[in-house]
Amino acid sequence: MSLKKVHDQQPKEFEFSKENFEKAEEILKRYPKKNKKSAVMPFLYLAQKQNDNWIPLAAMKYIANLLSMPYISVYEVATFYTMYNLAPVGKHFVQVCTTTPCLIRGADKIVKLCKEKISPNENQISNKGNCSWIEVECLGACVSAPMIQVNDDYYEDLDEKSAKEILESLIKDKPLKPGSYKGRKNTAPEKKQPINKENHA
Amino acid sequence: MLKEENKIFKNLYNDLGWEIDNAIKRDDWKDTRNIISKGREWIINEVKTSELRGRGGAGFSTGLKWSFAPKKVGSRPHYLVINADESEPGTCKDRDILRFEPQKLIEGCLIAGYAVNAHICYIYIRGEYLNEGKRLQNAIDQAYKKNFLGKNACGSGWDFDIHIHYGAGAYICGEETALLESIEGNKGQPRLKPPFPALVGLYGCPTIVNNVETIAVVPTILRRGGKWFASIGKPKNTGTKIFCISGNVNSPCNVEEEMGIPLKELIEKHAGGVIGGWDNLQAVIPGGSSMPLLPKKICDTITMDFDKLIEHKSGLGTAGIVVINKDQDIVACMARIARFYKHESCGQCTPCREGAGWMWRILDRVVKRKATFSDIDLLSDVTKQIEGHTICAFGEGSAWPVQGLLRHFRKEIESRCRDEPLIKKKTNNPYLVDQHLLESKNA
Repeated sequence: MSLKKVHDQQPKEFEFSKENFEKAEEILKRYPKKNKKSAVMPFLYLAQKQNDNWIPLAAMKYIANLLSMPYISVYEVATFYTMYNLAPVGKHFVQVCTTTPCLIRGADKIVKLCKEKISPNENQISNKGNCSWIEVECLGACVSAPMIQVNDDYYEDLDEKSAKEILESLIKDKPLKPGSYKGRKNTAPEKKQPINKENHA
Repeated sequence: MLKEENKIFKNLYNDLGWEIDNAIKRDDWKDTRNIISKGREWIINEVKTSELRGRGGAGFSTGLKWSFAPKKVGSRPHYLVINADESEPGTCKDRDILRFEPQKLIEGCLIAGYAVNAHICYIYIRGEYLNEGKRLQNAIDQAYKKNFLGKNACGSGWDFDIHIHYGAGAYICGEETALLESIEGNKGQPRLKPPFPALVGLYGCPTIVNNVETIAVVPTILRRGGKWFASIGKPKNTGTKIFCISGNVNSPCNVEEEMGIPLKELIEKHAGGVIGGWDNLQAVIPGGSSMPLLPKKICDTITMDFDKLIEHKSGLGTAGIVVINKDQDIVACMARIARFYKHESCGQCTPCREGAGWMWRILDRVVKRKATFSDIDLLSDVTKQIEGHTICAFGEGSAWPVQGLLRHFRKEIESRCRDEPLIKKKTNNPYLVDQHLLESKNA
């Protein structure tokens, strides 16, 4: 189970912006009328997006009200799923996959780079205030290992050099393009002769 | 080796374009109306003839599963739910289907929905696949525009709607009942079975849950005939399968191949071989992290199908192949997998919640050369106490890889253990206190 810490400074009020409120009404239409509780996960995403990528407690209370469900049920959902951030994260939120398929292709080196470039600890916002990083479990892009996710985008087929460039570009607030950094097309095998005894990333 | 003409996913690498017009050129949505007009029984029988087994890991017969749905709709509506919560380490096949072959999935949803009497389909996509979800939504919108979905979908007389529901980073939601809980707006904790979802599923209604790949191959099976699909591969392990080859290989890739292909051929032909050559191979995890690893000796000859792998006490699972060569510390690799399970346990059943942590900490001690010989038996015992004592199959999924490691690499583990425990002072600990937590204080 994951451990999550609720942020100590909480805003008092929260409500959906007009735009998000309309989106929320659209979302409700997807589920049967008597099961509107189903919308709690999409609503939490909306709240997270509106509030700089983290969910304050006030938002959970607001959503509980909207869906007429107990506040604790919303709290349960928000703390159960790892993608809901309950404390502020950097504008560029780096998630490094470190599960075995990435690990054996050198994910630990990327973690080391994050510690050097961004902040010594996970979930700690960098000095300049625009980046933070965490280690996460499998992100489901194993044939493109090692990889990182920055906000919504996947950066794949990394090595030390490309990972360094990406992290530096994030710190400068000019992110490089997501995708494969080995120049291959998606998950196709590379058209090259097998070179044995070659070192990997 | 699979012939080009028998490939189902022709756009696996997006060489031909994912948009609906390109998909139609690849024969998607061809004769869909005709297929549906042949009726439910014909569809289910044809899928049974094809001997298609679920591609999500358990390998249950798809036709049989569909036939469990009540034949007539009673007071409760039926639902179709697609499991796109692909989180098994080593697996990334569904991602490519969502990105590049979305129309195959959408068409499959319509046909499967009709076959099980469902008007509404939810596709549950893991939250991290946000871009893939957006792509799928795009594809769904395109299908609506062509009237392939919605009222009287594709001219079949059947109303059909598809909605996307995003997960939020919980591996356990790939378990079908946890997935249903999650759609209902709860924590993703699995339910006891029976009742099975086919009778009591989403919102208490009959629900069929299928994997993305399973549903995406159905339209092609029905167009080309169940017998065609059954002629590929081996008896009872028929058809084609997308294999994800990752780890220490020269060119990791996703590739569609026939079932029952030898593992060695798969790795050498498609993934450019093991880094350092075949002799540098240490072990292979054949079906995603839940399946026990196989040492090189077995890898030399094994073929990739459900039954052959079960014979060797492993399984095909999701066909996510993780290749580990001799440059890697095998115990550290498995300790990391144990940490994955510790992190992802939903916490509902005690054996799994506590046991997953025990397994990780013991393996971690072995990696750091701080374990004792008695730890090995303890580890083996913990895996047996988890297996079979939990509500869902997560317990087996976390225990099997450790059992595999003990079965094939016990000598390696023993070589790192010592006789004397670290704790020499006798303390008055109650039974079951985790020794690891006390080590630093008392060592």
